[in-house]
Amino acid sequence: MTESPDGLARFRGILRRFTTPLLPDDYTVLANPLWSKRELRGKIESVERCPDDTIHLVIRPGWGVPVTFEAGQYIGIGLRVDGRYTWRSYSLTNVPDTRDGLFSITIRAVEKGKLSTHLVGTARPGINVRLAAPAGDFHLTDPLPEKLLFVTAGSGVTPVIAMLRSMEGRRDSTDIKVVHSVRNRSDLIFEDVLADYDAHIQVTSEEGRVSPQVLEKLVPDFRERVVYACGPATMLDELESWASDNDIEIRVERFTLDRASDAKGGTITFARQGVQTTVDGATTILEAGEAAGVQMPFGCRMGICQTCVRELVDGHVHDLRTGDTKEPGSRIRTCVGVAAGDVVIDA
Amino acid sequence: MAIDNIKAYSHLTDEDIREIGRRLDAIKEEFESDLGEKDVRYIKGLIRTQRYIEFAGRGALLFSGRRPFWIAGVALLSLSKILENLEIGHNVMHGQWDWMNDPEIHSSTWEWDNVCPSSQWMHTHNFAHHKYTNILGMDTDVGYGVLRVTRDRKWNAMHAFQPLINATLASLFQWAVGFYDVELGKLAAGRTTWKETAPKFWETVRKAGTQGLRDYVLYPALSGPNFMSTVSANATANFVRSVWAYAVIFCGHFPDEAETFTKEQWKNETHDEWYLRQMLGSANFRGGKILTILSGNLNYQIEHHIYPDMPSNRLAEIGTRVEAICREFDLPYNTDSFPAQLLKVQRTLLKLSVPNKFLAADRDNAPEVRSNAVWTKYPEVAEKLWVGASETGERSGLRTALPLLEQVRPTLKEGLLNFTGRTPEWRKKVAAAEAAQLA
Repeated sequence: MTESPDGLARFRGILRRFTTPLLPDDYTVLANPLWSKRELRGKIESVERCPDDTIHLVIRPGWGVPVTFEAGQYIGIGLRVDGRYTWRSYSLTNVPDTRDGLFSITIRAVEKGKLSTHLVGTARPGINVRLAAPAGDFHLTDPLPEKLLFVTAGSGVTPVIAMLRSMEGRRDSTDIKVVHSVRNRSDLIFEDVLADYDAHIQVTSEEGRVSPQVLEKLVPDFRERVVYACGPATMLDELESWASDNDIEIRVERFTLDRASDAKGGTITFARQGVQTTVDGATTILEAGEAAGVQMPFGCRMGICQTCVRELVDGHVHDLRTGDTKEPGSRIRTCVGVAAGDVVIDA
Repeated sequence: MAIDNIKAYSHLTDEDIREIGRRLDAIKEEFESDLGEKDVRYIKGLIRTQRYIEFAGRGALLFSGRRPFWIAGVALLSLSKILENLEIGHNVMHGQWDWMNDPEIHSSTWEWDNVCPSSQWMHTHNFAHHKYTNILGMDTDVGYGVLRVTRDRKWNAMHAFQPLINATLASLFQWAVGFYDVELGKLAAGRTTWKETAPKFWETVRKAGTQGLRDYVLYPALSGPNFMSTVSANATANFVRSVWAYAVIFCGHFPDEAETFTKEQWKNETHDEWYLRQMLGSANFRGGKILTILSGNLNYQIEHHIYPDMPSNRLAEIGTRVEAICREFDLPYNTDSFPAQLLKVQRTLLKLSVPNKFLAADRDNAPEVRSNAVWTKYPEVAEKLWVGASETGERSGLRTALPLLEQVRPTLKEGLLNFTGRTPEWRKKVAAAEAAQLA
């Protein structure tokens, strides 16, 4: 995996003998906010404002940020809002193999979206942000299938834009159809890329939404295509059951977590609140707490941002993202931690 | 004898204690919801300043062979270490800044400039000391296992050397802290095995190794011909930091009138009584902005103990609220100037180097310890007090009582006579001998 240049790469080992217990980065970062590998960092290079409270950002990564990614993956953006780091994931919209190592993302201010509203309102070139490395399973396969169908709605189009852009040179060998829904015509972003692929644009306020029946009419050879879908959860649920009924290969991006693990669940005790609840091995500690009336802080709910970290007092917790089993006394990410037997949480 | 029933001792009703708890909970909520960008600027600015000071100090010491550079370097490095340990490290490790959700300033990742590994410190300090504050036999910070800070603790021959142990502890404080959680004493007493002790022991040794390599090999080597003077400068800075940390910390719980408690109290304790125990068991000292920052806001020890994870920059403001609550419920609010508190601590440590028979005051009413029995023992004080508020809303509780209790304690002269071996028994014996001689 390629990383952005790291100014201390060759000296860090020696220098840390001098800076212990801190890292050399804790001092270099005083000179330049990008000069630290301790937490991944980036700086906003440019801001392009679009209609419907949408902005395109270009971010320059700091030292040692993994810059290789697959088209369709997302990065985490962390920014202080009222003194507190808040995180969200945003799909990368640029082509992976650009040489400049920059990240492009598109953000729409969503209702109740604390960070997106803040970013759209305040983003300007020069602002420093924290980054989480590119991640996600929603990306193209190699070799590409012969026929592809992209079904997107609203800002769900962003990961697909990166895929379309990355396929620019391979369009002869692959048959690509794009069906994209927007509420109003003015909401349309990436119009040029979509037009380039002859995308069908459905304006739902005028023409109604794209149900599977509509989709079948729009793309008659749908059975021969591999489907990539990204949009609201209700749309994805509907498409997934439609795909399984018709035996179609489908990939969706839900920005959520794979819950499969060996953890068997157990009784979770929230020690400070004195609340107990019994859950299965697919329910995270955070969700279990919420269901039982214990409010813990959370951020991304995907194990990226560390907002939800709590101390594990007793028992073992399985981390769904890393596959690690955490011992008593360690600090766990409750949003991706599931109970492996009975556990006690300091919350 | 220490306090076994905080409610009876403090002359409060159940409702009073609940009300105090409610108000303290409300203050916590108010201040926590107000945390924001202003507080971030404080801690980030402080951390930045400390790192610049350290950089300047290390830089000056490259030329430590010249006297002015040595002095400037020691001053800057001592200041940097004091800021890092007290106002930054101690407070970050308490989780005071965890709310910022910044992994770089977070209790789960912070490693301080001290031979004590953060994880061990967080166990002995955050858990044992802050939960079991001042409970004899549960909070090992009551004398740190080597000092006799209350006459409730049985005297043994080691305590005769207390002034010496005290001075050693002060100058090597970081080492005492470093091996505190390793519990070598427990190993020596055969109450644990080497296998249990070894991981923590080696963890501390490893950390001490990297710290020592930095201060006593690498930076001195970097200063070339000034190697030895840089070694002496770094050792001096570590010494200054140790003594300062010792002084601040000892002023937190060992000045006169700070209370100790028995396990009996702890057994039946409510959340609201826990607050009360923190208030009566801790002591503040007054100081300006600079003294406050240099002591890591631990001059607001009472407030820090009520809210261990409240960002330290808020404690001064909270202090005025807590003091008002104390006044309203006629509870003591233990504060004095820094030298006065430190002097009281040193006086106690010196006094307690001798067995109780040489001490004039009894265990129910001494400067450093009192108990519930004090009210039956001194009815002349007890009859001036009442529980809760009177019909007219007036109170006469612990705040009123403490000066009265002081008045009925043995006089300074009696104390000195006893301390120097002229105890009542001795005096009786001498008088008898004199009488016999006369006869």
